[in-house]
Formats: sequence, C-alpha cells, structure tokens
Amino acid sequence: MPKLNMVQAINLALKEEMQRDNSIVILGEDVGRDGGVFRITEGLYDEFGAERVIDTPLSELGIIGAAIGMAAYGLKPVAEIQFMGFIYPAIDQIFSHAARIRYRSRGRYICPMVIRTPYGAGVKALELHSESTEAFFCHMPGIKVVVPSTPYYAKGLLISSIRDTDPVIFLEAMRLYRLIKEDVPEGEYTIPLGKARIVQEGNDITIISWGSMLHRTLQAVEGYNAEVIDLMTLNPFDEETLFTSIKKTGRVVIVHEAPKTCGFGAELSATIAEEAILYLKAPILRITGYDVIVPLSKLEDYYLPSIDRIRKSIEETLKY
Amino acid sequence: MTERIIESFSVKRIEILNEKGDVDESLIPSLSDSDTRRLYELLLLSRTFDQHALKLQREGRLGTYVPILGQEASQVGSAFALEKSEWIFPSYRESGVYITIGYPLHMLFQYWAGDERGLKTPDTLNIFPISIPVGTQLPHAVGAAMAARYRKDKTAAITYFGDGGTSKGDFHESLNIAGVFKLPVIFICQNNQWAISMPREKQSASKTLAQKAYSYGLEGLQVDGNDVFAVYKATEYALKKARQGEGPTLIECVTYRIADHTTADDATRYRLKEEVEIWKAKDPIQRLRLFMEKKGLWTTEYQKEVEEKAKSMIDEAVRIMESTEPPHPREMFTYIYEKLTPRQLKQLKDF
Repeated sequence: MPKLNMVQAINLALKEEMQRDNSIVILGEDVGRDGGVFRITEGLYDEFGAERVIDTPLSELGIIGAAIGMAAYGLKPVAEIQFMGFIYPAIDQIFSHAARIRYRSRGRYICPMVIRTPYGAGVKALELHSESTEAFFCHMPGIKVVVPSTPYYAKGLLISSIRDTDPVIFLEAMRLYRLIKEDVPEGEYTIPLGKARIVQEGNDITIISWGSMLHRTLQAVEGYNAEVIDLMTLNPFDEETLFTSIKKTGRVVIVHEAPKTCGFGAELSATIAEEAILYLKAPILRITGYDVIVPLSKLEDYYLPSIDRIRKSIEETLKY
Repeated sequence: MTERIIESFSVKRIEILNEKGDVDESLIPSLSDSDTRRLYELLLLSRTFDQHALKLQREGRLGTYVPILGQEASQVGSAFALEKSEWIFPSYRESGVYITIGYPLHMLFQYWAGDERGLKTPDTLNIFPISIPVGTQLPHAVGAAMAARYRKDKTAAITYFGDGGTSKGDFHESLNIAGVFKLPVIFICQNNQWAISMPREKQSASKTLAQKAYSYGLEGLQVDGNDVFAVYKATEYALKKARQGEGPTLIECVTYRIADHTTADDATRYRLKEEVEIWKAKDPIQRLRLFMEKKGLWTTEYQKEVEEKAKSMIDEAVRIMESTEPPHPREMFTYIYEKLTPRQLKQLKDF
C-alpha cells in the first residue's frame, strides 16, 4: 500500500472520483496548469483537460458563485479557495445561496459542491494565510464543515464530501500537508460525514480536537490515560461519540487553534454542559488560540495551543 | 515614441416602437400577429398581477411585495425570446419574467404571502428562485453557462438585475469570467433609474451601463426598455449568439420604476412627481396597443376580453393560494440538508 502525505492523498481522491464521475469539475485559481499553489491538483489538468480543471480569473466570489450555478445545473464542482483567509469575498455566495438553495427551492435545486481550502497557522505564512475560521461556517445551517487530520482520513472524507449532495467546506490544515505520511489505499473507500473517531482510547479524560491540533494533542497526552477524539466533521458533529466517551471519563478538554470566543469549542462545551453535566467531575476546559489576530511568524508559536498548555489543562482537569 | 488610440468602442441603442405606436419597419422583429397578441396579453397579465398584488398587500393578504409597474416590456419582451429549457436567474423584481415563461401564478402569490413553497420551480422550467441580495445571482448564470457548455447543451443562461446591481462586485466578477470563457450567458440590466433612493447618475459615472460590457471583452447594447419589440429583438440576437458559441452579451434596458421600491418604501421622499409623470407617458403597454390598433389587431372588444381573461386567471390564482393549507412547522426543517441532522431530529420534537 503506498505511503502518501495529505497532498498526495487529496490528489488521489480527486483523481479517482473524477475518473468515476464525469460530472465532477475542479475550479479555482492556479488549479490547472500550475496544479495549485500546494500542488493538490497536480496532474489533473493533463489528465482531465481545461474543461474539467478550470483555471479561473482571480475571483473568489466568482468561483463560488459560478460553482453554485454549476451545481444547480447538475455538475459536482470542487472549488478551491487558495487560502482560508481569502474566502471572505465568497461568504455572501456561500451563506446567501449555497446554504439556502435547497431550502428556498424546496429541493428543486441543490448545491452538491465542495469548497476546499487550506487553513491554519504554523507554517510561517503571510498575513491572512493562517486563518482558522471554521466556526463561521458551522453557524450557518445548510453547510457541512469537514476537517481531516491525516492522509488516510483526508482521502475518505473528501470522497464522502464530493458524493454528498449538500455544500461542504473541506478544511485542509496547511501544517499537515507534508508532515505525515501513512498508508493510503488506492481505489475507493469512504469515511462517513458526521462521525467522529476515537484515535486513542483512555479512561481518565476525554480530549476533543481536529485537524492539525489533533497531532499536538496526541503528543501532549503521552503518559496520561486519555481518550482522544478526532471530531472530523464539525457540522453536523457527532454528539453520541462525545457523550459516550465523557460518560466514561467525566473530564473534558477541547483543543482548537481558532480564537476562544465563539470558537467551535464553545458549541461543544455548551452541548456537553447541557446533555452530560451530571457525568462531569471537572469543568470543561478549552485550550485554543488567543482572542487576537493570528500573528506573523515571530509570534506564531506563542499563539497556537502548545503541548505545554495542553498538558497543563489536562493536569488541572485531572486534579479538580 | 508615439501616442495612439489602441482601443475604442461605441454603444448601440435600439428603438423600434415609439410612444405613438409607430414602428421602424426595417427593425421590427419577425413576430406573427398571434405572437404580437400574445405579447400584449402577457404585458397586460403582468400588470394585472402586479396591481392585484399591491391591493392584496394593502389588505394584509400578502407580505412585502416588489412591484414591476413600468418595467413590463423589459421583462416580458426578454423572457418571450427564451426557450423553455433556458436557465433564468432573476432578481426580486421579476414578476413579468415568471409570468411570461408560464410559472404558476398562485405560486408567485404564495411566495409573496410568506410561503417558500411558492419558490419550488415546476420541473418543466429552469428558473431559479428570485435572488434577494442585489446582483448576487449573476455568477450563478455564469456557472450554469459553464456547465451547459461542458455538457454540450445548446442552451443559454440569462440573468436579470437592475442599475444598482451593476455597482456590486458580483456584476464585475461575473462579466469578467463570462468574457474570459466566452460563455453562453445574457446579462439583462433593467436600468429603472432608481435603486431605492439612489438615482442612476449617482450609481455610476458611466454614460451608459451597456458600455461596462466592453471592459470585459463583451458586447453591450442599450435598448429602449419600454419598447417590447426592441427588448425582444436584442434578447433574440444575444440568444442566437450565445447558442452559437459567440459569447455573452450585456443588454441595458432603459426603463423606469413607476412604483415604490417595495410596498415598504415611499418614493415621494426622494424623487419628483414630475419625473414620474414623464415616464408614465412612455408607458410600454399603451404604445403596443396603439401599434396593434393601427394594424387592426386591437379593438375595444379584444381589450375587454383580454382584461377579463387576466382578471379571471388572477382571481383563480388568489383562490388557490388562499385555499392552500399553510406549511406545517416541520417544513422549516426539511430541505436544509438532504437528511435531517441528529440535532435537527431532536429540535423537530417541538412540533
């Protein structure tokens, strides 16, 4: 079985899905000849041609707006937004149309579209190249939000996202693109949306994370009897897997890199408090980015939840 | 070193039918007498619908409504040129377009009465639900045109918007992409002179809105938007071009919003009555009537017959709309996603 990094795994998912289904098209900036600034779409332009791997003008609103029209017409567009910090001009299209067209037309028109975009800090990038604004999208009914954490899951989740008939925001942690290699089977397999996975079983504490922070969490829990959950789909998220784990451990820490205020950890924390408070032995802690603008490289490491901060929160929760 | 002109353009304006009902015979589109009657009947039906909707709104039987008074020729004339299969992406002020393509009238009333089920386009038509945020529907037409080309379908996408919409980024990004890919798409701008309280000259410093097309490598045309023949002819031309792979067209229909922006607006706050009177004299329906009278296609009996038919169609639509059971609260949840989420399933228990 080939060992692939996340870039290669996503590329393989796109390639195999496009071979299987000619209604799938890719559009975005530099996705064609250049193969994407992260080389995610490398080789696809040569294999599928300019009609299916479409180099668009520099036009985020236009890319997403056009993808909505394509999806309504019956295609399955996979749109790339080059960096998550550049998605803002397209948010009107995502919120006002992609999220609503199934509802507004009572199912006559749907939007089976995937928006892939790299997110997150930790690669010493430029301003607005390190955003992690997943919570914005989780707040909008009609949108699904998926965040893979490893190459294997990236491929399976992307295939499921492409086949899903609802619009999916597919967030790819830039820090993970080439960090890990693992076995990624050729051929189709799917990882269901809306399901979390238990990465590591444990009895004393439940730690919930996703994307690149999952790996920091796994390093931080060494030496503890911790259950680590990779949420994978943030909206709709898998409440049952969380509750089952929390009922066992009674202690919860949530780790994400977005700012704390109104971050997705707030939703998880509130849900756990509403549904499982009687099982809790300690307050729910959130270890997150600070409520600041993501800083440039000199301060980036201070911004991201560190292994040390995660360990301290585990200690605090266990001692409570 | 030299200085020279490397690009110049000119904007064509088409006028065929004037206010007195006279036509330029060399330009008149090839429409049969029965087509002309049909156009007249659709114009009248659109106006009857509009006036009736305003009345129903005042009586509290509809919610906020967006009137089309004065713009009937721009809407009916352009939509009349379309094939059934063509994809339409309308703004919120488009009753005449919906009526022309045969959208069920009771569903239009149903929507304006606060029931989304009125937006469920029948399977035989390809019109999108009206777009509420100004100009945001333009890129959808671009995408549909891209998809149509990819599928090798000999069809076109058409999108409607106003003078205000040309100020949005959506307009510019859409025309730009349509130009780059030479897509089969038609942009119909109904320049009705007012974007709520903002007059056309404060919306853009361009002399015409049609000329904006040239910045993106498209053809732009201006037509008298109250002249149903000119609107039809320009649309027919643009469609033919689109279907033959000759690229997109922007058509500026110069017309006027005689009514308020919506039933929640009061246009007397920002514009002069005299201006409205000038435009009332340019009425699009009146001039077609005069033309038909000269051609022997219009009589008082015919008028009565058309009015009665329109009224009975509207009455029947209102009856269906008002006898339709309101949606069940559970319908809030259906069609958000393909399947209900676990959390929605819990919330649904409230109903």
